[in-house]
Amino acid sequence: MADTGQVLVEHKFFSDLEEAFRPLVGGCAKMIIFEAGQYLFHDGDPAEWFYLVRYGRVALEVVAPGRATLTFQTIGESDVLGMFWLMPQSHWTHDARALELTHAIAINANCLRQKCERDHDLGYDLMKRFVPILLRRLESAQLQMLDVYGHSK
Amino acid sequence: MFEIVQLGEQAVITLEGLAALLFGLKRRDFRLIGPTLRDQAIVYDDIDTIADLPRGWSDEQDGGRYRLVQRGDDRLFGYAVGPQSWKHYLHPPMLSLWRAEKRERGFEIIAPDETLPRFAFLGVRACELKAIAIQDRVFLGDSFTDPHYRRRREGAFIIALNCSHAGGTCFCASMNTGPKVEAGFDLSLTELIESDVHSFLVEIGSVEGVELLAEVSSREASSEDRAQAEAVVANTAANMGRKMEADGLKELLARNLDHKRWDEVAQRCLTCANCTMVCPTCFCTSVEDASDLAGEKAERRRRWDSCFTMDFSYLHGGSVRNSPKSRYRQWMTHKLSTWFDQFGTSGCVGCGRCISWCPVGIDITEEVHAIRESEVK
Amino acid sequence: MAIQNELTATLPITDPMLPRLTRVLVRRREGPETLTLELEAGAAAPAFLPGQFNMLYAFGIGEVAISMSGDPAVADRLVHTIRAVGETSTALTRLEAGDHVGVRGPFGAGWPMEAAYGCDVIVVAGGLGLAPLRPALYRILAERERYGKVVLLYGTRSPTDILYRHELERWRRRLDVQIEVTVDYANGPWHGHVGSVTTLIRRTDFDPLHGIAMVCGPETMMRVTALALKEAGLKEDAIYLSMERNMKCAIGFCGHCQFGPHFICKDGPVLRYDRLGDLLRLKEI
Repeated sequence: MADTGQVLVEHKFFSDLEEAFRPLVGGCAKMIIFEAGQYLFHDGDPAEWFYLVRYGRVALEVVAPGRATLTFQTIGESDVLGMFWLMPQSHWTHDARALELTHAIAINANCLRQKCERDHDLGYDLMKRFVPILLRRLESAQLQMLDVYGHSK
Repeated sequence: MFEIVQLGEQAVITLEGLAALLFGLKRRDFRLIGPTLRDQAIVYDDIDTIADLPRGWSDEQDGGRYRLVQRGDDRLFGYAVGPQSWKHYLHPPMLSLWRAEKRERGFEIIAPDETLPRFAFLGVRACELKAIAIQDRVFLGDSFTDPHYRRRREGAFIIALNCSHAGGTCFCASMNTGPKVEAGFDLSLTELIESDVHSFLVEIGSVEGVELLAEVSSREASSEDRAQAEAVVANTAANMGRKMEADGLKELLARNLDHKRWDEVAQRCLTCANCTMVCPTCFCTSVEDASDLAGEKAERRRRWDSCFTMDFSYLHGGSVRNSPKSRYRQWMTHKLSTWFDQFGTSGCVGCGRCISWCPVGIDITEEVHAIRESEVK
Repeated sequence: MAIQNELTATLPITDPMLPRLTRVLVRRREGPETLTLELEAGAAAPAFLPGQFNMLYAFGIGEVAISMSGDPAVADRLVHTIRAVGETSTALTRLEAGDHVGVRGPFGAGWPMEAAYGCDVIVVAGGLGLAPLRPALYRILAERERYGKVVLLYGTRSPTDILYRHELERWRRRLDVQIEVTVDYANGPWHGHVGSVTTLIRRTDFDPLHGIAMVCGPETMMRVTALALKEAGLKEDAIYLSMERNMKCAIGFCGHCQFGPHFICKDGPVLRYDRLGDLLRLKEI
């Protein structure tokens, strides 16, 4: 298997990660593969990992009794999955299921949070990477919620 | 009798001369339209002779106010513009475009077969000539032409009028659209009353005008006649009831689409659409189907519409311009700003009708002034 | 007095408000409230440009502006995809093959097909906004060698709302065009994207310096799409939007479709973003 630190910078999200931070982040990371149909995690699970998708596609789903499973977002190549790691002791509020064979880098949240506490430069670097993703997700969710295609054009 | 040989020449006719002019038009089967009294206002309607004109009447106009008053003299044209404009005839409030009739499978479209008499318009003021030119640009000046407007417009014989009375809401002088008529007429009149002599200085604007005037007894205009006529116009220009600060108006409004004044004016505006109905340049219409009860016949009708209605901007599910603020802004910015982008001129000719006929007296010159002042501060 | 306009003097009097009568050839259901009518074009029908529209008249009800959504190279029929939202559009969706319909058009300014020669073309469609873009796609694919990279990013409500599904699947099999479809939500077997169309823009590679975008969809979607395209490096004058407003005449006389200085019917419906930008930010224009 390829070196984790190397794979990390091959991913778009960390491609410009400073040399000094690479072993820090890499030390918390592992390579992981999900078969099509396999769940990355379930609703209610502790949010202990987040994922950088290398190849494949993951559906984020919610299930309500008596209703079909609803996919509200798909995560694909070079995307990041899971923002909950930023908050200690939080839980996933949806399922994540691989739609096809998916290769990902899983990063342990607890491990990375501790390193950020010790090295605020690393923490600040990660904040700058994650905040735009959070805001884009929020914007996307807002558009989906507006149901713009519903009864306007 | 003096012989007119070229356009631009001036002659003087008497009251009888004017009567003969009108008779000449009637004899040529023109449909003669001119100012006349109706419903306590001076409106443009069918007239036969000078007896139908509002002799001795004038008007008092102000924001939300129009009253007829006796002048105490015999002027035939001693008033400003009333609620109507010539667009009633050139661009009628309601028009049948075509009809459709149901057939075995489907329907048939039946084009209209319109025969129209030629119009002769008496007493078209400078601001109104400008308004007609503006509507010419809208309906005839682009890739499509409106055949209905064109048929009415092309045959129209225009007797213009230099205003002798400035209305309380007039501001043509500051819009550079009057009170002197410059072009676009067949004949123009300046009404002169000097020590019991009632006459009209006539300027000839077209060959047809020459022909008509040739049938009427007239004399060559003297330099005194010309001076008198010029004094009439100068006096009118000096007595405008309103003033519009027109410099840079297009840009002023374009950069103030978010101005708080729109909220302020919306507090007063009833969105009644009166201003758009009386405006001589407002051209918006709606087209709708009218069908018989059996559903066998349908008629496509065009009628005046107004940007003040909710339906005007309706787009599957709701109106784009929901608030009175946005509708007033649309009207005023179109008139004074985007009209330039669309047609190369202002859409306002300074006739003041929108001020007089606004039930709450909103004054377009005052609204412009307020926005302009706020920038100075 | 003669009109101060020499232009009209020589023109014959024709009535641009008078429709031609034509018949429905094919009626095809596209989705829950949406269907496509194929009308007989007839000899009188002028060729159309991708992005133009027709006014369709339903007997006794009224007229409505509907985009051309067929192949501009096919001259014998007019293809219109219609969603039943109002009285007239609902009446049109009830027409059967053989029924009469009145047609005026084509009207308006279309997509910048020639200006896009040599450029990467990013086509972004939202919902029914794919309909006016389809003629542009037909044209691009017909002269594929004239264009750079071609991408269609299509966002719609849910998988059952996808328009022209078979065509999209056929195009997707081509190797010279990238087709990405995203839905707001999926509740069945769906292997495509879920999320807003803006997320697709951020995942797409194209040359922003030699790129041109054609965007059509609900105004909210077009506003955020234009911003995402700008962020991706496209210049404002390389982004084209197809706008929609109430229309009664389609020839600049009725005044209804004004959007600031623009008449959507004759200056648009396709307008360049740099000429719209400020107005799009204001409410109730």
